Amino acid sequence: MLLLLLGIIFLHGAALVLLFVSTIVSAWTVGYSSTSDLWTNCTTTANGVYNCETAFTGEWIQAVQALMILSIIFSFISLFLFFCQLFTLQKGGRFFLTGVFQIFASLFVMSGAIIYTVQSPEWVHESESYGFAYILAWVAFPLAFISGLIYLILRKRE
Amino acid sequence: MTRTRGGVFSCGSLLCPPSRHLFLHPSIPPSLHRILSLLLWKTFTFDKQTFHHPSSHHTARHVVFSGDRMITLLTVISVVLLASVPRSESIVIYTGWERHALVGSDVRLSCSFFSWHWTSEDVTFSWSYRPDGAKDSISIFHYTGGAPYVDNKGPFRDRLEFVGNPARRDGSILLKNLDFGDNGTFTCDAKNPPDIVGRSSSVRLLVFEKVPVQAGVITGAIIGVVLGLLVLVVAIYYLMRFLVARRVFSLSVSKKKGKGKEGSQQKQIF
Repeated sequence: MLLLLLGIIFLHGAALVLLFVSTIVSAWTVGYSSTSDLWTNCTTTANGVYNCETAFTGEWIQAVQALMILSIIFSFISLFLFFCQLFTLQKGGRFFLTGVFQIFASLFVMSGAIIYTVQSPEWVHESESYGFAYILAWVAFPLAFISGLIYLILRKRE
Repeated sequence: MTRTRGGVFSCGSLLCPPSRHLFLHPSIPPSLHRILSLLLWKTFTFDKQTFHHPSSHHTARHVVFSGDRMITLLTVISVVLLASVPRSESIVIYTGWERHALVGSDVRLSCSFFSWHWTSEDVTFSWSYRPDGAKDSISIFHYTGGAPYVDNKGPFRDRLEFVGNPARRDGSILLKNLDFGDNGTFTCDAKNPPDIVGRSSSVRLLVFEKVPVQAGVITGAIIGVVLGLLVLVVAIYYLMRFLVARRVFSLSVSKKKGKGKEGSQQKQIF
């Protein structure tokens, strides 16, 4: 029982950490000597100077920013609700709210990643490729989704 | 888009000079200006820090301290004023940092200066333009001897208008019907004899097809809407629960009142 609880919390925590890293590190697109999106474009010039400026402010990149932040918020709320419901739910009850919030978080990450994939060719040069933060966002989506499903199925035992 | 009046310095992007250098007014001499803005900044940030102190003992100290700071500020101002009146004769010119405008619209480029001397009749303003990517700049406007001379051969012929007031140290120009080829740097140079030594100031013009969305507006809007909806749903849920409980209560009260009214009507009839 304790093992199951720890496992679930670990899964939730892993999804949350991945979401954090994916949102905070500006490496959704990497080029030869530059990383860019979501927040800044940083380049290393030929002289070795590392220069950062704010990312291209279009409507789509802002939507992706908003969706990633919302997913973090919802995942946090879900974790908080899990601990609340752990102590207040009756025996046999389902962690319904926790699961719903976690599923919402995963849907937000999915929408953010999809919007970025579809719209980024507008401002990203063809020579640049997707960076690790983008991949982490895609990995965080199934983790959060599975975590949410587990919460919906899980029943509280004593 | 940031709009400014003549001489007020404002900045529209994140790559702005730090807020420590607050711009106060063009009539304040630059040396005093630097000291004033630094002192004001230090005073107010110090006040902010003491404000966050929770204990009342520290708030009492804070009141005394801010008064102390103000006195120091005033002393320094008066000393500097007295000490710096016979100062170097250098003219300081203020223009904006950047101007954003739409294609086909008009934009006003403001230019103002500070000088220790009175505004003479021989004050001159001159504007020059350097296109993006070019190395040379061409002169497009000159005001001298009380008369403005606008560009009548260059890229701005018939599009330039002088809207400044030299008596008020304002040498602003109005560019009409902008085009993408007008992207570039505009430099204003003003001379107020005998105050002629000074650095000219440049303003960068950016012409857009449509005004770009400011960073963070849509982000904030989406986050705000979703969280607002969440709060609304939670509030409605609790309200419904509260109302349902209350409706049961109010039903029994109205029944009692109805019975009471019937009783009083019967009494009146009798």
